[in-house]
Amino acid sequence: MARQILKFIPVIALLAIVPFLLPGGRLGTYYLTLTILSVSYAIACLGLTVVLGYSGQVSLAQAAFYGLGSYTLAILTVKHHWPFWPSALLGVIVPTLFGLVLGAISLRLTTHYLALVTIGFQVIISLVLNNWATVTGGADGISNIPRPTIGPLSFVDDRSYYWLMLVFLCLAVYVVYRLRHSRLGNALLALREDEIAASSAGINLFWAKVLAFSVSAALGGLAGVLYAAGALYISPNIYIFDQSVLFFSMTLVGGQESIIGTLLGAGLLTFLPEWLRFLKDYYIAVYGLLVIVVVLFLPDGLWGLVQRGVRAILRLVKKETPVQPAAVVETLMQRAEPIHRPTPGEQVLLEVKDLHKHFGGVKAVNGVSFTVRKGDVAVLIGPNGSGKTTVLNVLSGIYEPTAGEVWFDGRNISGLKPHVINRLGIARTFQNIRLFPELTALENVIVGYYPKGTVGLAGTLLSTPRGYLEERIARERAEETLRLLGFTRIHEKAKNLPYGQQRIVEIARAMVCEPQLLLLDEPAAGMNTEETKELSHLVYRLHELGFTILLIEHDMSFVSQVATQAYVMDFGSKIAEGSVDEVLRNPAVIKAYLGDDAEYDYA
Amino acid sequence: MQVIQLLVTGLAVGSIYALVALGFVLVYTAVNVVNFAQGDFSMVAAFFMVSLVVSAHLPYALGFVVSVILAGVAGYLFQLGVYQPVKNRPRNFLPVMIATVGGSIFLQHLFLILYGPVPLQLPSVFSQQTVDLGGVHVYPQYLLIIVVTAVMVALLNWFFERTKLGKQMQATAQDPTTARLMGINTARMNALTFALSTALGGLAGILVAPVYMVTTTMGSLIGLKAFAASIVGGFSSVKGAIIGGLAIGIIETFGGTYISGAYRDAFAFIVLVLFLIFRPYGLFGEKVSQKV
Repeated sequence: MARQILKFIPVIALLAIVPFLLPGGRLGTYYLTLTILSVSYAIACLGLTVVLGYSGQVSLAQAAFYGLGSYTLAILTVKHHWPFWPSALLGVIVPTLFGLVLGAISLRLTTHYLALVTIGFQVIISLVLNNWATVTGGADGISNIPRPTIGPLSFVDDRSYYWLMLVFLCLAVYVVYRLRHSRLGNALLALREDEIAASSAGINLFWAKVLAFSVSAALGGLAGVLYAAGALYISPNIYIFDQSVLFFSMTLVGGQESIIGTLLGAGLLTFLPEWLRFLKDYYIAVYGLLVIVVVLFLPDGLWGLVQRGVRAILRLVKKETPVQPAAVVETLMQRAEPIHRPTPGEQVLLEVKDLHKHFGGVKAVNGVSFTVRKGDVAVLIGPNGSGKTTVLNVLSGIYEPTAGEVWFDGRNISGLKPHVINRLGIARTFQNIRLFPELTALENVIVGYYPKGTVGLAGTLLSTPRGYLEERIARERAEETLRLLGFTRIHEKAKNLPYGQQRIVEIARAMVCEPQLLLLDEPAAGMNTEETKELSHLVYRLHELGFTILLIEHDMSFVSQVATQAYVMDFGSKIAEGSVDEVLRNPAVIKAYLGDDAEYDYA
Repeated sequence: MQVIQLLVTGLAVGSIYALVALGFVLVYTAVNVVNFAQGDFSMVAAFFMVSLVVSAHLPYALGFVVSVILAGVAGYLFQLGVYQPVKNRPRNFLPVMIATVGGSIFLQHLFLILYGPVPLQLPSVFSQQTVDLGGVHVYPQYLLIIVVTAVMVALLNWFFERTKLGKQMQATAQDPTTARLMGINTARMNALTFALSTALGGLAGILVAPVYMVTTTMGSLIGLKAFAASIVGGFSSVKGAIIGGLAIGIIETFGGTYISGAYRDAFAFIVLVLFLIFRPYGLFGEKVSQKV
């Protein structure tokens, strides 16, 4: 981990010697001013890397946070004669608080609504900066903003101030880097990839969004503070919507998910207008086109292009190392001791009481009751559209029940949020596999371990030993779980895996926390005979190890091999229960599957 | 009396938002994306109008029709270059949104290059004096805006409910797969939807141009407020877009007069934020559960 961060050293070193590379005289001063500007832009854009690149939320208000930072510093130092550093600190805190609020509002909003709320926020901040003249100085802005000193060190001249900014840039890079490679970063990526799956894996979507927005706002504020002291003078026309679009484009053009890409984008688009001077008035139009071109042809930005180029060259130079033969691994089949001791007996783990779920007039689930005892492999069967998946969605908290109750381990869990239910010990898979496609198999399973972690933002950023330990444990547990399932391609992106293997990864993600109850929604769907057979062995083995399982399945041979208890649903109601053989002989079940006139001899 | 005058002004401004909001809603219901350059087509049409009527001396009515059609053509080309290439990406919402933001920047600065930074004036067909309607003084242009919008809404209703093309477009929006099975060219319907929505935006731009000046940035604020209006209305509801637009226009006009003129542009967004917190699915939007 620590070694990884070394890759930023050449970049930082290069940035540090920039003042010596610039020409002397007025031109040099001018370029230094631009460089200072681009560093502050880069810090603001790193905020967008978190919110856009990691958590996949659109924020078009970064200039507003930038402005809140600048104005907090300027108002406190110039008008109230506060010393620099406390003002700067508040210049970070004030935008962070606004970011918290914006993140909190965003809880229920999806992409375009959220984008608009951020635009609205941006417009309102611009108006306030322009019109609240007694505080902000109105259109005239505020001048004579001081630069800081630390004891004998003075950062008043441009060069030393630039180096001070670089220190803060390193800090910002560190924050974003640590966040990305932590449990919280994984949660953000999961949120970006699939909100429902993330929430079912125990991630509190609300806090994840609030976290992304407040980190982003804090970095925007920091950038604004540094800009204000760098420019010495601020006015509201800097902090407008267009500037937010500019930040957004910089992040995007450089590579939204990459720190170096973001730095590249910020630097490039600050200097681009200078280099495009010969185009005079055309350059912003060119710039709009550039955004379109990047989106259309370079989804991972310029840095992604560079990386792909480098990789292609490396591949030419260096022969591909042959894929290692699959090592002999200890699979779950061979593992001896049970994870949960099977508790023989009648202890009820899950009790569903008269459950109803209606969608408008459609009564998808209409009064279903059943129980699952500890150690059971219970199966829900029934014709398509009989409401089985809806039951599972209510159990895992994705839907709220219209009526009825769900009791789990002696607790009423009806209506709780998915992440809360997950943390109580119910994990699930989905009918149409919901992995996080851009994450590797291993990362997918590590996300599943998220609820066991305890380290928050402070612990992550301070790099506490406990944080590293937890990350190592999560990784080891995830690797172990995948190994137990006989899965070896752990560093492959989920989207590149074949269907059957994706299913295995999804099961691994669900069981990595060793839940008390595992919900599997049609695990054998889309699998061939061989894969189905392996899966039935797996499920049976999980049963032997003491997992309690509730599954939905259509494949009756599969069901009869693994299930200890079966419930049959039709038109939203339970029509039969018992052992698999019993229910399959039940006339009501035969009627549900084959209709009234069926004259099949079902024996 | 002032209340009625303000009401007329609010309805006129609101009609403009409603027309642009309709464009958002049409595109959103058809292809589930948002065109962030939607407002800029108001600007595009207003500039065309200035060229045709002021510079080329075309008759006002002819210029009007040609400009609206040109805005539709521009929208067609826009979707060809910006929407089509990314429409098949997984989770295409974000790339489309960003590409249209880029498109918006491009359009504004393209027209800045073509027409320069000096605001242009588009004369109204009416005099700039207010008319006296029983003690209420209103600008005739405001009345024109309201009337044209009302007629347009009726026409659209007729188009979607009574014509074959309109029904094909509706079918495509509701279920593209089945529509395709019925022999409807859904790609063309979607392209037409884009063109129709930008033409509506163009109409709004030409109507409002005599009231404001014609500038390259005139479309962006109209677009943003219309977007707010469509969310207040419920985003997937045509009725919602119209009522949301009118509501925002009225609230903004009254707020700008009685509360604060300086913060006039903020009211739309304050209303929006309140809606998003307390009624995120808008006035007429249905709360839909996400399909799992």
